[in-house]
Amino acid sequence: MVRRRLAAAGALVAAAALVLSGCANQGGGGAAQTSQAPAPAQPNNAALPAGNGQGKCAPGTSIAYVGTLAGQNAALGQAIANATELAVNQHNQANPGCQVTLVKADSGGTPDTAVGPTQAVINNPAVLGIVGLPFSGESKAVGPSLNAAGLVNITPSATNPGLTGNGWTNFFRGLGNDAVQGPAAAKWMKTKFNPQSICVIKDDSDYGIGLANAVTQALGPQVAACQGNVKTNQKEFSATVGQVQQANPQAIFYAGYYTEAAPLVQQLRDAGVQAPFVGPDGVKDEQFVVNAAGSANGAYLTCPCVPQEGFTAFTQAYQQAYGVAPQTYSAEAYDSATILLSGIDKGANSRPALLNYVKTYNGQGLTKKFQWQPNGELSETPVYVYRVDGDKIVTDSPIS
Amino acid sequence: MFLDRFWANTINGLSYGSIYALVALGYTLVYGVLQLINFAHSEIFVIGVFGVYFTFLALGFVPGATPNIPIGGIIADLVLAGAVGMILAGVAAVLLERVAYRPLRRRNAPRLAFLITAIGASFVIQQIFRIFRGSNPEGTIRLLQPDPVFRIFGAPVTNLQIIIILASFAMFFAADGFVNRTRLGRGVRAVAQDPATATLMGVNRERVIMITFLLGGLLAGAAALFYLMTIPQGAVFNGGFLLGIKAFAAAVLGGIGNLRGALLGGLILGIVENYGQSLFGGDWRDVVAFVLLVGVLMFRPTGILGESLGKARV
Repeated sequence: MVRRRLAAAGALVAAAALVLSGCANQGGGGAAQTSQAPAPAQPNNAALPAGNGQGKCAPGTSIAYVGTLAGQNAALGQAIANATELAVNQHNQANPGCQVTLVKADSGGTPDTAVGPTQAVINNPAVLGIVGLPFSGESKAVGPSLNAAGLVNITPSATNPGLTGNGWTNFFRGLGNDAVQGPAAAKWMKTKFNPQSICVIKDDSDYGIGLANAVTQALGPQVAACQGNVKTNQKEFSATVGQVQQANPQAIFYAGYYTEAAPLVQQLRDAGVQAPFVGPDGVKDEQFVVNAAGSANGAYLTCPCVPQEGFTAFTQAYQQAYGVAPQTYSAEAYDSATILLSGIDKGANSRPALLNYVKTYNGQGLTKKFQWQPNGELSETPVYVYRVDGDKIVTDSPIS
Repeated sequence: MFLDRFWANTINGLSYGSIYALVALGYTLVYGVLQLINFAHSEIFVIGVFGVYFTFLALGFVPGATPNIPIGGIIADLVLAGAVGMILAGVAAVLLERVAYRPLRRRNAPRLAFLITAIGASFVIQQIFRIFRGSNPEGTIRLLQPDPVFRIFGAPVTNLQIIIILASFAMFFAADGFVNRTRLGRGVRAVAQDPATATLMGVNRERVIMITFLLGGLLAGAAALFYLMTIPQGAVFNGGFLLGIKAFAAAVLGGIGNLRGALLGGLILGIVENYGQSLFGGDWRDVVAFVLLVGVLMFRPTGILGESLGKARV
C-alpha cells in the first residue's frame, strides 16, 4: 500500500515534469499536444547494468538473447534484442574486469523454428543465462529442453499464463501474465465503455487463445457473446468484419499480434465499424500503427509493460544506439539482462549458480520490483493502457 | 447469420476469388504445357506485389492514410503500377524458367527433379525478399478507399470490388482469346497436346514455353495489383504462400491445364470459403476450401471442367 502511494506520488511528479516540458516545447510550433498520462520516472534505487564497476568474471562468459530477429512479428523481438545488447554494452564499458559476450540466436518466432537455435545455445557452455524467448508459443516449445539444461531463462514478454504451470525451475517471467492482463483489460473496458456487448476476436496462437479466454471470463458470457477467430497470417477478414457488424458491439477486443491486427482494424473501419478497437501487448508496436495506416487512430492497447518515456537515461542511450525510441518491452528486457549481468558480476560463474541467484533475487528495476514466486511469476505486475494518437502510441492510464 | 450475410459473402468471394483465378491461370498454363507444377509461381506473384508497391513509392506516395487525389490520377497511377508489376512478374517468370527449369529439361531430368527445383526456387525468392526487406510488411500505401457504390439485396458493392471483378474478367478473356485464337496460342495448345509432333510441325517448343511463363507472370502481376488494393498490408516476403496454395487448389478444382477451369475454380473457391467461415467461423475457412477440393476430386478426379488445354476444342 505504502509503495503504491509512493508510486502515485512519483507519477504525479513525472506528470508535472512532462506537462512543463510539453509546454516548453510547444512554444514555437503551436502543434496541439494531446494529453499524455503520467509515465513513471526512473526509481532511484533501480539496478542498472553498469553495477558498481567492480565485476569480475572469466573471459568469454556469455548471456544469450533467443528470440525472433527476422522472423514472424520481428519488430517485437528486435526491441528486446536491442535493449539486451544495450545492457551488455553498458555493463562491459563499466566493468573492465568482466567482459560479457552477448550471443544472439534467431528463433524465427514460431514454435517449430525455435527448437534448433535454442539447442545451439544450450550446447554453448559459455552461455550462463538467456533473455527470452519473447513469444509464448515458442517458449512452450523449448521450455522442457531449457529446463533440462538448467539454463536460467527470463522472458521479458511471453505472457501466456500456462508457461509457469509446467514445473520448470529455470523459467522466470519479467512481467505480468495474461491472467493479469486479461482481467485488467476487461475491467478497464467495463468502466470505460460500460458495454452491453464486446466482440472478443482471437488468433490461433497460444498467446491469443489464452488471453481471449481470460478476457472472456472476466467480461462474462453475456457481454462477450460475440467471439471471433482468425488465423495467423490471415489478411482478409470479411467474415469477421461481418460478424462484428451484426453484433454491433461497444468495443472490439483483439487477442493476437500486430501482423493480423493492422489489416483487421483497417477492414473494420472501411466497413464502417466505429466501435473502439482494443488490443493487447502483442499489438502494441509501431508496426501496427504504420500498417493500419490511418485506421489505428484511437485504438487502445493494454500492456503489462511500464511506460518508458520517464526512464530518460535509458531511452536516450537506446535512441542514440539504435536511432529509434525504445519499443514495447525494451525496458523489461533491459531489466532482465541487468539481473543476469549483476549475478555474473557477483561471482555466479556457472549455470546453477546464476539460476540460484535469479531465484533469490530481490531488487528494484526500471520497470518494477523484481522478486519471483517459486513458480517464476513476479509478485508485482503493473498493467497500463496505451492509446494510438495519430501516428504515435502514447500512454493513456495505468489500470489499478 | 449465414443468410443475412449471403450476398455480402458472395460479392466478397467473387472479388477475392478473381485474384485466386488470375494466379491459378499461371499454374494451369505451365502445367498444361510442361506437366510441371510451378510452385515458385506464388513468388512470381510476390515479385509482382513488390513491383506494384515500389511503383507506388516511386510515384511519391508514402505509407499512411489514404490520400485524397482526383479519380483520374488514381486510375493513371494504378494502371502504371499494375503495368510495372505485370512486366516485372512476367520477366521474373521467364528468368525463372531460364535459370531453374531449362537446364533440367536439357538434361532430360526426371519430373521429380523439376518439382523439387520449383519448391527450392520458391524458397530462394522468398528468402531474398526477407533478407532485403525484412519480415515486417511494408508500410501501408493505399490509393483507393473502398466505398460502396450500390447494393445488391442490401449487400454493399464497393468501387474496389467492381474494378477488381471487371478487370480480372477482362484479363481472363484476353488470355483465353490469346491461347484459343492467335497463332502463338495455337502453338501453345499444340505443344500441350503433343510436344514431339508439334516440334516436327515446326512449332518452336522453347519459344512456346517462354510465352507460357511470360503469360502466367503477367497475369500474376495483375493479380498482385488487385491483391495490394484489397490488402494494402500484403507486401511481405511470405505474402504469396497461402494465396499460392489456394490458387493452385483453385486450378486443380477447375481442372488443371484448363484456362476456364482456373477461372471457375478460383471464383468457386473464393465464394465457398467465405460461406464456410460465415457458417462455421473464421478458423474453418481453409478447412472448408480444402474439403471442397477433396470432395470434388473424389467424384471428378480431373476437376470440374477436366484437363483440356491440350485439346483442340477447349
